[in-house]
Amino acid sequence: MITIENLSKRYGDNTVVDDVSMQIEKNSITVIVGTSGSGKSTLLRMINRLVEPSAGRVLLEGRDTRSEPAHLLRRRIGYAIQGHGLFPHRTVAENIATVPRLLGWAPERVKARVEELLHVFQLDPAKYSAAFPHELSGGQQQRVGVARALAAEPQVLLMDEPFGALDPIIRAKAQEDLLDIQRRFGTTVVLVTHDMDEAFHLGDRVAVMSGGRLLQYDEPAQLLTHPADPFVSRMTGLGDRALRLLSLTSAAAVALPGAAPGPKLQASASLREALSEMLWSGSQSCEVIGIEGGAPAHLTVDAILEHARPG
Amino acid sequence: MMRTATLLRLLALALLVSFLIVPQKFAPVFAPLTQYGAPPIYDQGNLLGLAIAHLGTVLLAAALSTVVAVGLGILVTRPAGREFLPLSRTLVNIGQTFPPVAVLAVTVPLVGFGEKPTLIALFAYGLLPIFENTIVALQTTPKAVMEAANGMGMSAGQRLVSVELPLAMPLILEGIRLSLVINVGTATIGSTVAAKGLGEVIIAGLLSNNTAFVLQGGLVTALMAVLLYDAMVGLERRVCRAVQVE
Repeated sequence: MITIENLSKRYGDNTVVDDVSMQIEKNSITVIVGTSGSGKSTLLRMINRLVEPSAGRVLLEGRDTRSEPAHLLRRRIGYAIQGHGLFPHRTVAENIATVPRLLGWAPERVKARVEELLHVFQLDPAKYSAAFPHELSGGQQQRVGVARALAAEPQVLLMDEPFGALDPIIRAKAQEDLLDIQRRFGTTVVLVTHDMDEAFHLGDRVAVMSGGRLLQYDEPAQLLTHPADPFVSRMTGLGDRALRLLSLTSAAAVALPGAAPGPKLQASASLREALSEMLWSGSQSCEVIGIEGGAPAHLTVDAILEHARPG
Repeated sequence: MMRTATLLRLLALALLVSFLIVPQKFAPVFAPLTQYGAPPIYDQGNLLGLAIAHLGTVLLAAALSTVVAVGLGILVTRPAGREFLPLSRTLVNIGQTFPPVAVLAVTVPLVGFGEKPTLIALFAYGLLPIFENTIVALQTTPKAVMEAANGMGMSAGQRLVSVELPLAMPLILEGIRLSLVINVGTATIGSTVAAKGLGEVIIAGLLSNNTAFVLQGGLVTALMAVLLYDAMVGLERRVCRAVQVE
């Protein structure tokens, strides 16, 4: 768990982060969103002390992050950035091994961990271990960057616009990978982005920042149904908020028992996708497949619309 | 193309080595340049010995320049040493603008005749290219790479040794190459203050009006400079490949 208490950062008269307090739960993904200059990156970088706070403190598992030298703290916290920042003179394996080596792991353990991560990120070790970063595609470089951040099995992973430089298709894939990996390793992820879709898709909780202040820190649905500030509504978008709300609920969560005519839909799909599918096929209902237990289930347009408004 | 270049280099090396080992065999080539039966080949000392001494002085001076210039370059690119950048730059620039001959004139009364004043002059003259290249290289380490190194938990020293210096190496080597090549030629003036070197041959030629001597000294120096340049370029390529700079 990460506890942020009254954290501020000032450069001269300019307050970049203004008295932010928040609790980040273990094993969750927290997304910090905001426009450029909102202080979101500075807030993130104060967690691993790449930026030293002007006031306030950060507790990691109840322990003040200032109780140890900054570089030792950072070895316990994964860090992935936009444009990956891979070391160009080191191979993929050496890049991933950076933090384990700094921590003095035994060579066999480092090697085993590197291979494990390459498998997790779908990079064939035989082909990519000895490759240099410039020989990889953008998506592969980004994956190696995240693998490097996770190499020393950190409890916490900080990500600063990690997918910002990727094209939409590769970005979607990278987001799915992140969700998988978060589930697999149980890492506490704090991710900064300016992309609201990304925030809604990935975040268990979303923090909206503007002008250095934390405007709202809540579950995605709450941001839509109970925005704390007009700026939050502007960030989340008024035009398609009903659809955004639908995108937060899975078909499995609200499926009705019994079979029904209409297109087939995976249980993991969102209500937004279900509605789109029904509109497209002109059907009033759809069949939900892949529900746990295998019982027949369905959704109707009316049932979906129930979930498209606040309250 | 590559083959021809390699072949030319080997030829130049063979020419240089054979001239230094058996200079008398080349007497017919230089004979037309002499008058009144003067010796066509330098006979007041061992050419090979002079060439080795010459090269030794240049390499030692370059090694000293490298240690000082790279050290200074590292210092003034650290947060603690940033304020020394203008001062260091001025000092190093003086080393380059002050003519080596003048350095000799100033240092001989202080350290006497021989190798020492030459070494000091070459050292001062060779600082600038290495210093400037080191600074540029260290100041242009990609921002994302620096950020990643810090974020991974490298200490400042670990970041310098395992990230910044390896990435700066191609440019630093280029500076050393420039410094070396300039100084192979400049080192000939050392002979005016009794340092052993190829300048002796040229000065002997000038004093006795023997064009053959002047040409021999000049050619051997020039060939050494060219070969040294090539060797350094080869080394830089290997390092670049290891560093994988696109």
